[in-house]
Amino acid sequence: MNPALQGLITIVVGVGGCVAYYYFSNQLLDKVLFPARGPEAGRNINRANMIRPWLFLFPALFALGLYLAYPVFETLRLSLTQRLPGGGSEWVGLQNYRNMLGEPKFWEALRNNMLWLIVVPAASTAFGLLAAQLTDRIRWGNIAKSLIFMPMAISFVGASVIFKLIYDTRAADQPQIGVLNALWLQFEGGFWSLVFLKIVPALILLAFAAIVAWVAWIFVRPMFKTGEPTGFWTVPLRLFVAGAAIYLIFLSLRSIVNIFGAELPYGQPQTWLTIPFWNNFFLMVVLIWIQTGFAMVILSAALRGVPEDTVEAAIVDGANPFQIFFRIKVPQIMPTIVVVWTTITIVVLKVFDIVFAMTNGQWETQVLANYMYDKLFRANDWGIGSAAAMVIMLLVTPILVWNVWNARRELR
Amino acid sequence: MDNIVGKKSGLTWAVHISVALLVALWLFPTLGLFVSSFRTADQIVSSGWWSAFRTQEAQLAPIRVAGEEVQRDGRYVIEGTLFPRGQATLSHWGVNVNRPTEFAPGDTADLGDGVTLTVDETGAYVLSGPSSFEGQRLPRIFSTATTPPEFTLDNYRNILLDPRNVDGMAKAFFNTLTVTIPATIIPILVAAFAAYALAWMDFPGRALLIAAVVGLLVVPLQLALIPLLKLHLNVGIGKGYLGVWLAHTGFGLPLAIYLLRNYMVGLPRDIIENAKVDGATDFQIFTRIILPLSFPALASFAIFQFLWTWNDLLVALVFLIDATGETTVMTKQIVELLGTRGGNWEILATAAFVSIAVPLVVFFTMQRYLVRGLLAGSVK
Repeated sequence: MNPALQGLITIVVGVGGCVAYYYFSNQLLDKVLFPARGPEAGRNINRANMIRPWLFLFPALFALGLYLAYPVFETLRLSLTQRLPGGGSEWVGLQNYRNMLGEPKFWEALRNNMLWLIVVPAASTAFGLLAAQLTDRIRWGNIAKSLIFMPMAISFVGASVIFKLIYDTRAADQPQIGVLNALWLQFEGGFWSLVFLKIVPALILLAFAAIVAWVAWIFVRPMFKTGEPTGFWTVPLRLFVAGAAIYLIFLSLRSIVNIFGAELPYGQPQTWLTIPFWNNFFLMVVLIWIQTGFAMVILSAALRGVPEDTVEAAIVDGANPFQIFFRIKVPQIMPTIVVVWTTITIVVLKVFDIVFAMTNGQWETQVLANYMYDKLFRANDWGIGSAAAMVIMLLVTPILVWNVWNARRELR
Repeated sequence: MDNIVGKKSGLTWAVHISVALLVALWLFPTLGLFVSSFRTADQIVSSGWWSAFRTQEAQLAPIRVAGEEVQRDGRYVIEGTLFPRGQATLSHWGVNVNRPTEFAPGDTADLGDGVTLTVDETGAYVLSGPSSFEGQRLPRIFSTATTPPEFTLDNYRNILLDPRNVDGMAKAFFNTLTVTIPATIIPILVAAFAAYALAWMDFPGRALLIAAVVGLLVVPLQLALIPLLKLHLNVGIGKGYLGVWLAHTGFGLPLAIYLLRNYMVGLPRDIIENAKVDGATDFQIFTRIILPLSFPALASFAIFQFLWTWNDLLVALVFLIDATGETTVMTKQIVELLGTRGGNWEILATAAFVSIAVPLVVFFTMQRYLVRGLLAGSVK
């Protein structure tokens, strides 16, 4: 059958089936099972109203259960078993996890995922905040927003093609058609090379370290203040944040030293996607490019929701624009920033298409989702593949719990 | 906001410039692909897309003299042109790889043994010699020429309209469309009923169900791949459209229910209670009042689901595309092209742009709903 025709029939059958299900099940409930007539009319109406919500919910609950809830448990089971040749499976306990932990590719994927988790949400939120704040102040801001938001509509695969063109490399004697190499070949080690390739990156890293230190200080400060009530159970969390921050600051400072020590291969076109470690950042740029628009739209709505009088009061008190932004507006939209951050974090944890399309995990760019796909469908090892999926699930779980917690608080 | 107290901020110009830079930076990558998709393969290789709008002088790949040999005035002559499309102007040429700009247009080069070669400004060349060139290696011409900006629709013709092209996107385009439309419509209906029940009907366990939906919102669909593929194979759906429609429906439901419920909860209570007093059943309230009023939320979700299913690669790879490749979708086709046609940017850029174009149109026409949906989904 022609797939288009099949699609059409599916729409008709699907939509018609849904409508018919809801209509006839309601009719059945009201007219046949518990008719609102006769001696028990009142009781019947009540009974029907008790059942009706479940009629409305049943298809959705069924689909949710089958397509999202059941797989979580089935994947858990699969991760503890091993397929036997000729069908069937046997229980192997934690053996799959042990095998997975023994693979260097897994650790590479985990390390890269952590890098993605730090860089992409931070950069997207920062750019989004910047874009939101700037575009809100000018007349053509809406057009600007629309254009920055546009990559949201582009598929990860499409974006990968777009950026592969940017990273394209030709031999040194041919004209470069990738922007990055064309720019790179402009540098020859002179004054501007020093400014753009050493000083600017060092400043960015320094700013990053400063922001990390600031965030860590916010977390740690209440522990030193006496008299302020801090929940005892938050202490490990605070210490963890402090430890992570110190590690990140150490990394950035070391990178600054490395930048000034490095000999750059001026005049040679680079194949950007094959430079180990740094190629991860070239892949991350793609996702940052896509997600910034999302962060901008949401943060811009939050910024507009900041009460005018707090800003006016600050102006009257003589605050400059930077103080207004960082000390008045940002603290007030902190909850929204957290929401944006976690949403992007989840996108990052699931990132697959970009790595699959651009490097397929070669040159040390593997990430968990692509590692899992590799195991499931190339190596055909469902045990380790499922174990890798469970690792992704484990990383998502804190956010899941936090979301549910918030949702329940809101409902009360 | 700084001019509230009547003071125009001195930073206004800095803001304009920074926003312009930011927009340029964000637009630049897409623009590159867009421009490249209208250039010929030669143009793409010979210069970066950013110089596509200029008349450019570039050294062209060497062209070997070829053509029918004729006898004229006792000499053997071969005539032809370097630029069959007639768009370029020659500025220098040469016959030696080490001296590619040795001659000016109109010069006559002496190739020894009485053989001469003349190339004029339009690229027309005349090779003449005292004896036949039969069986000889003809000389190569190295040329430097200026070409005016030139754009072509040929790439799109090849990719979309040529049915024999194995790299074509036409089939994949229709397959994507076939996946997308049912996968967008069906979850809306299922989710709308559920959202109504969660928003406006009272029953034990409602709060728990809402919490469950919020939890499922972030469950990675990676977990579902193997269990569901096994399930599909066991019940006989196998790999195909039905499977991918069901999968997209299942994966899209949490967001749909969440968005629609949040919206429906905000509808005025009076309308619903009045209708109840007037004797309307829940089914009637839903179809006559709630659905029409919820149109903005339905539209938001429809756009999300459309973009998501159109742009999806993973679900299609696992649930749809079988070994025959008949049901390939555009994202998969592009990944294949990246592997097999890695350097042929005229093919890649065009194929990618074909797949990007539809979401972009949807995005720019329905942006209002998209933004509203995003806000309803996150600023809660």
